[in-house]
Amino acid sequence: MVTFTLNGEQVALQIDPETPLLWALREQLKSTGTKFGCGKGLCGACTVHINGSAMRSCITPVSSINGMAVTTIEGLSESNSNPLQQAWIAENVPQCGYCQSGQIMSAAALLMKNPNPDDEEINRAMSGNLCRCGTYPRIRRAIHRAAKNAASLESAQNVRADSHGKMTP
Amino acid sequence: MSLNRRDFLKVGAASGGGLLLSVALSGCESAPEDDKSWAGDDFIPAAWIRISSDNAITFYIDRSEMGQGVSTSLPMLLAEELDVVLETVNVEFAPAHPRFDSPRLFMMMTGGSTSIAESFLPMRRAGATARLLLINAAAQRWGLDSSACTTNKGRVMHPDGQQSFHYGELASLASTLSVDENKVKLKLPSEYHYIGKPIPRLDNEIKVNGRAGFGIDQDLPGLLVGVVIRSPWFGGFVSSYDAENAKVMGGVQGVVPISSGIAVVADSYWQAREATKSVIIEWDKASFSGANEGDLRAEMQALAGEKGSKLLDIGDFEGSFSSADKTLAASYRVPYLAHATMEPMNCTARVQKDHCDIWVPTQAQSSAQALAAGICGFKLEQVAVHTTFLGGGFGRRAKQDFVVEAVETSKALGKPVKIIWSREDDMQHDYYRPPAVSVLKAGLDSNGFPQAWFHKMVNTSVVADSLEGGLLAGMFPGWVPYSLKDLGGDLGAKLVRNTNEPISTEGGVDIPYSIPHQRVERVKFNFPVPLGFWRSVGHSHTAFMIESFIDELAHLAEQDPFQYRLRLLKNKPRHSAVLERAAALAGWGAQVPAGRARGVAQHSSFGSYVAQVAEVSVDKSGGLRVHKVACAIDCGQVVNPDIVVAQMESAIIFGLTAALKGEITIENGGVKQSNFHDYPLLRIDEVPEIEVSIIDSTEMPSGAGEPGTPPIAPAVANAFFALSGKRVRELPLSSEVLGS
Repeated sequence: MVTFTLNGEQVALQIDPETPLLWALREQLKSTGTKFGCGKGLCGACTVHINGSAMRSCITPVSSINGMAVTTIEGLSESNSNPLQQAWIAENVPQCGYCQSGQIMSAAALLMKNPNPDDEEINRAMSGNLCRCGTYPRIRRAIHRAAKNAASLESAQNVRADSHGKMTP
Repeated sequence: MSLNRRDFLKVGAASGGGLLLSVALSGCESAPEDDKSWAGDDFIPAAWIRISSDNAITFYIDRSEMGQGVSTSLPMLLAEELDVVLETVNVEFAPAHPRFDSPRLFMMMTGGSTSIAESFLPMRRAGATARLLLINAAAQRWGLDSSACTTNKGRVMHPDGQQSFHYGELASLASTLSVDENKVKLKLPSEYHYIGKPIPRLDNEIKVNGRAGFGIDQDLPGLLVGVVIRSPWFGGFVSSYDAENAKVMGGVQGVVPISSGIAVVADSYWQAREATKSVIIEWDKASFSGANEGDLRAEMQALAGEKGSKLLDIGDFEGSFSSADKTLAASYRVPYLAHATMEPMNCTARVQKDHCDIWVPTQAQSSAQALAAGICGFKLEQVAVHTTFLGGGFGRRAKQDFVVEAVETSKALGKPVKIIWSREDDMQHDYYRPPAVSVLKAGLDSNGFPQAWFHKMVNTSVVADSLEGGLLAGMFPGWVPYSLKDLGGDLGAKLVRNTNEPISTEGGVDIPYSIPHQRVERVKFNFPVPLGFWRSVGHSHTAFMIESFIDELAHLAEQDPFQYRLRLLKNKPRHSAVLERAAALAGWGAQVPAGRARGVAQHSSFGSYVAQVAEVSVDKSGGLRVHKVACAIDCGQVVNPDIVVAQMESAIIFGLTAALKGEITIENGGVKQSNFHDYPLLRIDEVPEIEVSIIDSTEMPSGAGEPGTPPIAPAVANAFFALSGKRVRELPLSSEVLGS
């Protein structure tokens, strides 16, 4: 039995403990916003927050997150209210959209630690997330836009409080 | 374009009351009873406008959304003429049906940068016709002449300015009326409300919260998940296999041989993937199993020395070349490339006794339907294709191998199955952009301009490969037996292999530069590596070769490469305009920051004209760094300029990834690369600043998805020459190649 919180809700799974968190989320928990891209931690499509840090769920065995707090794209906000989601929409970022859950979760982890990143800091935080449609220039603009929005600070702190606050021992 | 009403549209009553309007894009009207068999009791219209009595308005679009924005731009066309608020319209993907075959591709397919070009008039006429029917219905209700009524955002307005009906109230009546085709008037450009405006994408909201439904997200009651073990070399078949250990592993529900290998099916992906490790397979030693990259390159190099078949012969090349003031000859090559869509291939199939459903991210609904029908022994109408969002296409999803796998597996087990590929499966079992070699020669006159031009292309046929892959099956009518379709595909492939099909040489024959004496030849080769359509297809290699060589000629003539091209394009206003715009945008001729240089290229494809200027430097480790790209495009009348800009950004980054990093090599008859560590994609810290300028135009719309890709590789290679004085004639422009 593996237990953790998913977007604030307690979950318990009877599952092969070696199963990557990605597949537990997608198949057992029917939470399909987190995407499969490479299976090797090379593309970032599967990025989620584990205890507030961006992690690659495709190479994270569920056994390793017992008792921890997982936030996925579905838990980022109600009705797209997160400043990053708003900025993504304002900049018309998505094309095919497949990588964007991972991109936004990486960006959200960045803004939690660094509310006003410069281009170099964006590069460091985001270079593990691939986008085959080439939405990178807009992703960069959207992160800057979200950071500029004063509300983004508040909201990023809310996500952080969420991840840690509902952690179970 | 003149369309009579029967060719063009069909008005009918929706079940439950309402107006349905079909758009027969190909002009082929199918019989009404055909519609019933296709739709059943629940009417699921495709490329139709559906207006229900409750005022719900739905657009069923016949093109796949793979990022290029059709689920926004096509509804803009309908909403423009129907006069409804775009954001209030429901957009759904159409099911497979011959009515929605693309007139240029002869099947229901998204590709060739055709969506806007083909839909611009028919979609608008559909909207305008529906609007007129609704006006007529309102006029009848009020006892007025229809010319007295107008519309405003989904309502027909009474001339008194007070009374109005919303469209839903008129839908039932409108569906019984007819309209005089001559009275259907499209808006003038000055009247456009949506067309030409940067309307935000309609799919943004669901693509920033994980709710957009991709193929891989499909779920069904009792759905199993399958993974397929395929041959380690191309053309290999299973000789024997032992799955006894795999069958008893946790969650495993079945192990079945299918045409592409062995499918391992379990309750979940991870269980299926783990179980593949316990399946022991003997593969036959196909003749290709020992082939290596070096062998293929040597064979292509040898073929480059042979005389090719003639594609173009104007003037007197030999005479002009031999009397030229200066001559130059050079040879170029490009490698195999993979598509590497972010969403790995997948398909969900549910084969039942007399019906098959497939849920699939596909670019080719007709092929998917025909292949599934063939496997099941069904008629086309017994196969329903449900198109999901595509996590990238780029031509990869024009092939339907994943559909075949899912349908075969579901049929064998009698259960719904989702086949999911790993990234390794995707990288090693793609349909690749083929390699190509070009030999170019030119003779310059005393002013330095080319009088003689020779181009020998050594390449292979993407089309022939596609026909063998069952693509053609989707082009036959439903009553043709599947075995004949299959035979037709193979015969077609043989025929195409013996002709000079234009797709592999596109962009290489009809060059825009004014050169009086030209000869273009082709030498074909055929390796058993599967080939496919890769964003911009033939243009992806011909542009690199031609635009690099023109640049070489400019330098040989000691002339500015931009001015040199402009002079050779003096009778080509659209080519010249994009070239001048890109040069102005980049500040061509102005000082370049220290350690950097600029290069230029232009190429026309899919009816559009693109020029790009790249600004590059070399970093400490010897790698090429592209700092800026200025891009100008003329794609005729623009429907959504921000989507065109996004497509340019996308196409440039796609082409730059190939130019700097892209290379698939063959080892022991298979593909050596397996994941993003050895087939890397450009990352956020490697992308240049991109500035795009769109030429204002009222010409008919042309392509935008692909034309941005071809010019970037030569623009960058030309910039590297300007920086280093070293001409690189092969891709990718890796640090090894640059330093060698």
